[in-house]
Amino acid sequence: MGEAEFLFLLTGLKWTVLLSLVGFVGGGFFGLAVALMRTSGIKPLERGTSAYIALFQGTPLLMQLFVVYYGLALIGLRLDAWIAVAIGFTLHASAYLGEIWRGSIEAVPKGQTEAAKALSLHYASRMKDVVLPQAIRISLPATIGFLVQLIKGTSLAAIVGFTELTRAGNIVSNQIFKPLLVFGIVGILYFLICWPLSLYGSHLERRMAIASR
Amino acid sequence: MNYKLDFTPVIEGLPDLLAACLGTFALALGGMALAIVIGIGGVILRDSALAPVRWAVKAFVELIRNTPFLVQIFFIYFALPLAGLRLDPTPTAIIALGINGGAYAIEIIRGGVQSIPKGQIEAGLALGLHKGQVFRLIVLKPALRAIFPSLTSQFVLLTLTTSICSAISAYELTSVAQQIETSSFRSFEVYGTITVFYLVISWVMMRFFGEITRRYFSYPVK
Repeated sequence: MGEAEFLFLLTGLKWTVLLSLVGFVGGGFFGLAVALMRTSGIKPLERGTSAYIALFQGTPLLMQLFVVYYGLALIGLRLDAWIAVAIGFTLHASAYLGEIWRGSIEAVPKGQTEAAKALSLHYASRMKDVVLPQAIRISLPATIGFLVQLIKGTSLAAIVGFTELTRAGNIVSNQIFKPLLVFGIVGILYFLICWPLSLYGSHLERRMAIASR
Repeated sequence: MNYKLDFTPVIEGLPDLLAACLGTFALALGGMALAIVIGIGGVILRDSALAPVRWAVKAFVELIRNTPFLVQIFFIYFALPLAGLRLDPTPTAIIALGINGGAYAIEIIRGGVQSIPKGQIEAGLALGLHKGQVFRLIVLKPALRAIFPSLTSQFVLLTLTTSICSAISAYELTSVAQQIETSSFRSFEVYGTITVFYLVISWVMMRFFGEITRRYFSYPVK
């Protein structure tokens, strides 16, 4: 494999990172909304978000990408493959992060909410100043775990036809006929991004386990 | 919006799609079985007296858990023939699913084994239970109970992952859907329909595992 091919893989890597970031940030934004609705105490909102989460957790990510990709075209939106895929990952991430953060919000001791209510803090301030700061801490290991899952998941954009790292690997492998070398390198590149994150996630988890003892 | 939904190709392909669900089940079951074997073997080897063996298991777990399944299945697809194994895509997919699920199973099963306090085993022996009884009643059942929720949600995840095996055209639901899609261009209808299929499959699995939990693992702990 020459320098040109390796640079092509790195370009793919750049798109993998960008796609993961967009999915994570967008998913984080909508995921927070999902988590807040899921814990709002308003029955229709709770049922709706719970169904939304179940839908995404009960179907393969690949199908979600396909349906979003072709669904957007169907309602007349002629979007770039990159935008369509980014929307797909954002929706996917919003459901998973929504569920993770729902758990963390519920894990914050009830007395905290009650105390905030007794201090006559209204909902926004109760969430922003009391519950969420604690919930975020609790959710960190699982959130990082999901980020790793999301980065790995972006490889499926290759099947939809978006040239990120895995598809770049496919293209190079078809050019130079060394699939093992190419996919070995592609795997190592993913590993180099995901492993430090995983290590950091389990480090946080251990620290919290000690703290809660 | 001037697009009309047309489900005719889906309805015509329904027998093929339903048959392909069996293919998905076969992949999932094969993958789970292999994952359990690798999981148990890995846990035993992880406590091996030989340091290189312990490292190898840890490296395997980290490597598999931090790379995408799609890359793994491509790698295995091209590596097996070089290792002298010429297999069809479907068995290759089962091996890839088993290896991927196995890495997760090692971590889950290890957690279950560690969850049994040593004093509990000693107490069992002190009460005059023989070793087989101690293993069956005091180690195995509580350990299974401890790992059951995470192991089964991993199994549901593995079942959903089978759709990625369409990338090497193993026989399962997504590949059959892709064939119908390429001949009819009704992409949204085809993929929308099998998304519902997947939803039903994972829902049935969760209900099934939930029922097992209720029947065998819902006894008071303290």
